[in-house]
Amino acid sequence: MNTRLALSFSLVTLVTLFSLAGCGSQPAAPEQAGAGVEDRNPRAVSTTVPVSGSTSTDPYGLAALKDPKNPLSKRSIYFDYDSYVVKDEYKSLLDQHAKFLAKNSQMKMLIQGNADERGSREYNLALGQKRAEAVKKALLLMGGQEAQLESVSLGEEKPACMEQTEACWAQCRRGDMLYSGEF
Amino acid sequence: MKTHCFRWLAGGLLGCAALFVPLAQAQLSIEITGAGTQRLPVAIADFGGERGFAQALTSVVRSDLERSGLFQLVDTTGKVLDENTAPNYAEWKSRGADALAVGSLAALPDGNYETRYRLHDTQKQVAIAGQALAHSSGQIRTTAHRIADSIYEKLTGERGIFSTRIAYVVKSAGRYELQIADADGNAPQAALASREPIISPAWSPDGGKLAYVSFEAKKPVVYVHDLATGRRHIAANFKGSNSAPAWSPDGKKLAVVLTKDGSSQLYLLNVDGSGVMRIASSSGIDTEPQFSPDGEFIYFTSDRGGSPQIYRQPVAGGAAQRITFEGNYSVTPRLSPDGKRMTFVTRDSGRFHVTVMDLASRQTQVLTDTAKDESPSFAPNGRMILFATEVGGRGVLAAVSTDGRVKQRLTVQAADVREPAWGPFSK
Repeated sequence: MNTRLALSFSLVTLVTLFSLAGCGSQPAAPEQAGAGVEDRNPRAVSTTVPVSGSTSTDPYGLAALKDPKNPLSKRSIYFDYDSYVVKDEYKSLLDQHAKFLAKNSQMKMLIQGNADERGSREYNLALGQKRAEAVKKALLLMGGQEAQLESVSLGEEKPACMEQTEACWAQCRRGDMLYSGEF
Repeated sequence: MKTHCFRWLAGGLLGCAALFVPLAQAQLSIEITGAGTQRLPVAIADFGGERGFAQALTSVVRSDLERSGLFQLVDTTGKVLDENTAPNYAEWKSRGADALAVGSLAALPDGNYETRYRLHDTQKQVAIAGQALAHSSGQIRTTAHRIADSIYEKLTGERGIFSTRIAYVVKSAGRYELQIADADGNAPQAALASREPIISPAWSPDGGKLAYVSFEAKKPVVYVHDLATGRRHIAANFKGSNSAPAWSPDGKKLAVVLTKDGSSQLYLLNVDGSGVMRIASSSGIDTEPQFSPDGEFIYFTSDRGGSPQIYRQPVAGGAAQRITFEGNYSVTPRLSPDGKRMTFVTRDSGRFHVTVMDLASRQTQVLTDTAKDESPSFAPNGRMILFATEVGGRGVLAAVSTDGRVKQRLTVQAADVREPAWGPFSK
């Protein structure tokens, strides 16, 4: 990003400065030292570069995952009854996550699918898997890598709510995206 | 040593103490909620000999027989008998008893005890069974169960299940325990305690191991747990979900459900996790595999036809055959030990019921009027089906006889119980 680029320019410039100063017998002219050959960006030398903490402004940095203002902090995809199709309203969210994964190749994602509590536990495990798989497929289509993604199911075992109502069951028809460090 | 330890758990042998997590607080209580239509009247006289032990032993024998729902206990108050004198058959017949059990418990010089008993037929006026059993003071309950088994077998022609064990999962305050208790609910011990769910426990045919699915790794993984040593290994942790373990009748393989190739499909692998092999293919969900007792078929749930139904496929190879055709939801196939019946769960108007099918005629019968039944499991004598359900919003276990008449409810105080599995007869 801009600040990183600026930092590296400055470093290169500084290194160059010292080299130039060291190899000639003429005394260096500090006031003009900033205009070394590598310096294409006059702003670079004078820019103050903050050290760590600057990544909070990086929309695809690790801190973005927990930043409530960043879409990457949203991790749940909800499904309609008896449907395993990722709705259009989630496409841009998934796109953000796919981009994050592309820029952070060391990060892995675990997608946990869920199902409501009605019926057989093992069959519900398989239904939850279909939701996790749908999220994974969407991410793959958007550029996600197989090696970074794993889709699994929690079935009905970790319900978000306990009421036996339509509203609660809708909460359970969901896939959650977890990143390395969260599982 | 392994079998010995497993069998005499009630004795609390020191060698076994390390296997399990310290004694679970919550006891499983069992109550009869429905009895058989024609209960056999039987009198169990107070056993003589060592007062405290004899009383405890008699009490367990009576409880076992009463809990089966097949016997009407005839009052024996005031009668002291022993197994050596011939009883007054006419008197017992007039009291309404068709059978009379008498016995006594005596100390042996080596510090152990010997329990002797006789079972009499009051009609034929003859002793029809008897035994002498040597045991330690810690094995009173075990000995009582053996006597109850013997009485049950003599009078019904079926093997008794009083010496068997059941496994189940208890959930309370965000903690899950896989527990194993005697068939009467006594002496529960936790094989596993976890903050994450445990489902699908399955007994190995020899009763020495439990396979189960644990979510401790934030995904479902199949474990095989040796009960005598408490050691376990991972049988399946492929990419994706791993679940629904089912033992082959020879105890050498597990059928499992894996999603490593996309959707939930059936695979077979060796108990140590090696040799994974796909056994069925469908474009839908295949799950809940179960071997038939003769090892010829694998029954399973599949929605390949549009709704979840039960199918079976020959283990040796060949096409799957659909078994259930009524309604639009039939799941969790479990075969009776004689292979003649299948229990499963059907959904009707949003209510889930334990159902049984006679495989020869394909006739089905719904056995319950509870609405959230799951996980049916046959007793090893095929007479009762243990299952999980909900009563008053709480997870409980229940048992029903295959004719629907005898009903039991099994509860743990302040906790939800689920995922029962009835253990096999000990060899």
